[in-house]
Amino acid sequence: MKTDDLIAMLSTNVDPVDRGQVVRVVSIAILVGGAAALGAMLFTLGARTDLSEVSTLTYLPLKLFFTMGTLVLTSIALTKLARPGGERTTPVTLVALPLLVIMLVAAISLAATPSSHWEQMIVGDQWLECLLSIPIIAIVPFAVIILALRRAAPTDLVRTGALGGMAAGAVSAAAYAFHCVDDSLPFVALWYGGTIALCTLAGATLGPRLLRW
Amino acid sequence: MPTIEAELKNLMVAGLDGDATAHRSLLERLSRHLRGYYKGRLARIGRGATEAEDLVQEALLAIHTQSHTYDPAEPFTPWLHAIARYKLIDHLRRTRASLADVPINEAGDVMARDDHAGAESAYDLHRLLSRLPQKMRRAIQCVKLDGLSVAEAAGRCAMSEAAVKVSVHRGLRALAALIAREKKS
Repeated sequence: MKTDDLIAMLSTNVDPVDRGQVVRVVSIAILVGGAAALGAMLFTLGARTDLSEVSTLTYLPLKLFFTMGTLVLTSIALTKLARPGGERTTPVTLVALPLLVIMLVAAISLAATPSSHWEQMIVGDQWLECLLSIPIIAIVPFAVIILALRRAAPTDLVRTGALGGMAAGAVSAAAYAFHCVDDSLPFVALWYGGTIALCTLAGATLGPRLLRW
Repeated sequence: MPTIEAELKNLMVAGLDGDATAHRSLLERLSRHLRGYYKGRLARIGRGATEAEDLVQEALLAIHTQSHTYDPAEPFTPWLHAIARYKLIDHLRRTRASLADVPINEAGDVMARDDHAGAESAYDLHRLLSRLPQKMRRAIQCVKLDGLSVAEAAGRCAMSEAAVKVSVHRGLRALAALIAREKKS
């Protein structure tokens, strides 16, 4: 094929291009992933029943602040990383900010408590359920986010995959927060943070295979 | 450099708005830059001009089908360089060359130039097209090769105008994917 023929073909009948597509497709994927995660939580685990208790009213917003903060930052970064060269202008380490904040606050709350309470605060009652649920609930959102990213052209597949995994983990953790009755900051920092990190790692591993174009 | 950046960016933005002449002259100019870039890179590992032309065409196809990923708020050259570099690395991986032999990160010379008129790749457009689903193949044939308007093509293919546009777009993406798959085998 002659290059001139290819150019002639590509520039025959050119349509205006929808510039908002990347942002829109990523946003829709996050919303769909969020709905899927919330649905999975409601139908398999069920929301916690003590929604009007003081402890719930304190800790649920904290859990959501952490998970939604991570989600918003990763989503913004994804709309940039999805474009060729986006990795050069996007400070991706910024997305770890909510995690750092929650770890700091968790450390402070541990320091302010006698060490005999530490085990309960860190391990909680449902650590195993949390450890399994968040990654499992994240599978569908991850698939949707990957599909959205495949409609764009990321050039750093490891980082883009990692942030895709992180967004899926955050969306899943946000949904799981409505079920989780372990109300302590160290618990959230360790198990929510840990599972989101796990999802990030999985995304980084799968990214180069799934996002190639 | 700054003027080349401004010129290319203007052409790109006009092309995004549907200006076919601007899109054409953008692709023509980029083909010369890309040819210089790829020939320079591949020569160092003893690969030929046809292989460079394969890459030029892959990059042009990517620039066209991924143009929605260009954000006009950002400069154009880094976007172009990222695509050119990505396609080069992908090509070297698929053809199992050692990445260490090719200096991939020196930016700048994506602005190299090589005007080789009538340059040809190893790809056979009609053979590739014949492997696309019928709907996409016919849409591309009508709109992109025969130059029919979308409305005329819709009439000939018994599809809606929206379906023709979607088929052309998906068809070009599928074409790019076919080329990538062909290389691996």
